[in-house]
Amino acid sequence: MSTPRTRRADAPVLDVDALIDDRSTEIIVCCGSGGVGKTTTSAALALRAAERGRKVVVLTIDPARRLAQSMGIEQLDNTPRPVADIDVSGGGSLDAMMLDMKRTFDEVVESQASAEKARQILENPFYVALSSSFAGTQEYMAMEKLGQLHREALADGTYDLIVVDTPPSRSALDFLDAPERLSSFLDGRLIRLLIAPARGPARLMTAGFSVVTNALGKILGGQMLRDVQTFVTALDTLFGSFRQRAEQTFALLQADATAFVVVAAPEPDALREAAYFVDRLTDDHMPLAGLVVNRASPSARTALSAEEAITAADRLRAGDSSSLTAGLLQLHADRVRIIEREQRLRERFAASHPSVPTAVVPAMASDIHDLDGLREIGEALADQG
Amino acid sequence: MCTPAPYAGGVSAHPDRPVDWPQVRLHVVTGKGGTGKSTVAAALALALASSGRNVLLCEVEGRQGIARMFDVDPLPYEERRIAKGAPDATGRAGQVNALHIDVEAALLEYLAMYYKLGRAGKALDRFGVIDFATTIAPGVRDVLLTGKVYEAVQRQARSEKKSGRGRDPVLYDAVVLDAPPTGRISQFLGVNSELAGLAKVGPVKTQADKVMELLRSPRTAVHLVTILEEMPVQETSDGIAELRAAGLPVGGVVVNLVRPQALGAGALARVRDGDVDPTAIASELTRAMVDVDAGLVGSLLDEARDHAVRRQLEDEQRELVAAEGVPTYELPRIAGGIDHGALLEMAQMLREQGMA
Repeated sequence: MSTPRTRRADAPVLDVDALIDDRSTEIIVCCGSGGVGKTTTSAALALRAAERGRKVVVLTIDPARRLAQSMGIEQLDNTPRPVADIDVSGGGSLDAMMLDMKRTFDEVVESQASAEKARQILENPFYVALSSSFAGTQEYMAMEKLGQLHREALADGTYDLIVVDTPPSRSALDFLDAPERLSSFLDGRLIRLLIAPARGPARLMTAGFSVVTNALGKILGGQMLRDVQTFVTALDTLFGSFRQRAEQTFALLQADATAFVVVAAPEPDALREAAYFVDRLTDDHMPLAGLVVNRASPSARTALSAEEAITAADRLRAGDSSSLTAGLLQLHADRVRIIEREQRLRERFAASHPSVPTAVVPAMASDIHDLDGLREIGEALADQG
Repeated sequence: MCTPAPYAGGVSAHPDRPVDWPQVRLHVVTGKGGTGKSTVAAALALALASSGRNVLLCEVEGRQGIARMFDVDPLPYEERRIAKGAPDATGRAGQVNALHIDVEAALLEYLAMYYKLGRAGKALDRFGVIDFATTIAPGVRDVLLTGKVYEAVQRQARSEKKSGRGRDPVLYDAVVLDAPPTGRISQFLGVNSELAGLAKVGPVKTQADKVMELLRSPRTAVHLVTILEEMPVQETSDGIAELRAAGLPVGGVVVNLVRPQALGAGALARVRDGDVDPTAIASELTRAMVDVDAGLVGSLLDEARDHAVRRQLEDEQRELVAAEGVPTYELPRIAGGIDHGALLEMAQMLREQGMA
């Protein structure tokens, strides 16, 4: 109320350098809807942090091919690899890896079950489908891998900062819900229901149980229901540790050493998802560092308004339909309108989330596929002057 | 029909031009995040809903994007009249209905419809089966979503045999599915074949096989939305290859958010090369009653050069899209944003280019 002359809602500025220079920041999670440049933002943050002296590992989910090549991670082998050609004069380092969800899942199974049991599970057709192709697995495995990396980093000190890119979920919330869902499922009656017949005498089954198993049998067919039960029983030994790990990861995400960076583009859908995500993080007491708005249109270079430009272009076209000057004016008008629209969208976000620090990154002329491009993005992220 | 049809530059509406997808009942629209696939799906639904035809527009990602685009209250799990379609040459429109597919509701409906479960359905819910199936169980979500879409498309086929009784639900001439993004589309549409593989026999297999049969038939077309940038174009090309490998019918590519075509090729080249006389521009501006200050001409030319560079990049990507050899359609970037009016304009552009 004391700043009547502010041109726009003044969101506080997200100070990216302060965030990555702060040694107590151990994990940065980049999230947001698909197509907003999440992967590029995570890679740019990781590179910048490394060149400012942090020992960084960046976990990406689905990088563009050429970006992956330039970081030396086109191979999906689930192991962090050092990124070549970075400036290590500040004592930092950068490793990168691409998540292989099936491999991650297999490793969990192998580390938790006896060799015989592990083999049984890995060969089960349901397990194969679950671990390699069905939606949702990526979210669990990204969190699993984050937990692993963090434990390793604590144990041997290889890394002091983990930057995580999140899966391109239909909704970013899937990712946040993953550990909790798994947990609640494991406590559920369904698990007991599926495991009971394989384990015990029928007298343990209540009337309700048999209604449900009969219904499941009807839907799935007897053979398939037995396959599912065998699978769930085989996994049963693992479930306890799965749950424990899911809960640990959830706690890790809530800790002060974690910082969430919500990424968006100046588009209504992306900003709406961002707003929703910011609210969810706040509700779940997850530490939010701020919002990055990527791909902002470059600003206009003259104050000529869109209306004036269009009026003038129409005048010129009346005399000469192919006037170059009219074309220039029309382009200018289009540019001004887009900038105004993006501005309005950002103001709307800031009005409903006035305390969320924000950094705006202008659109680059072409796609980013090398370290120099990432450095340029990092520079733009940090320079919010 | 395989030539890129620019939306501007005098392509006139052809009242009796044949449409590119006359056989298709199910139009699946996918695209990388940020390419505007939901907008294109809505515009396509409006374009198809012409000459009295009924179209159902489905969304499956729980975003209520349709309600927002058409500025109506959030949609329930129920088919709702949402808009009149694009009028044809004689001014006759059709009706677009919209359906927001809610997974839990779809599961209960599905169980009731195919298995006549009644009380047992409720018991499943109490035991957390519904919750498990719709949130955790691998693939069930996708099975239900595709199953519901299948039902809406098949409804039409049933009526052809029985010639529609009065109390039947609405029959559709076409269904448009605003589908998951390109990276997930083959998996999403293929989920039923995965399932059919797991279930060797039984009701699940029968149902899954039927859905796959529709999705692989010429009555389905999967359209991909892209913008003229490297990554989305690459992903489109990968998506086409994946769809073909999975035996799913590839439709057209809709190139969205195309930059304004205010300058022709010659003018763009001159602007790029700096081969423009600033004094001529200044005098034209003065003639158009613009106050020309010291920086204005330079600023306009700078902006135009930026634009020309990006147009050149767009042209390179456009060639890559054309090389895919499928019909392409173009829609402009609309500076003011998307509302109902803009959607209708886009629908007309799609009709002019023969997509509907």
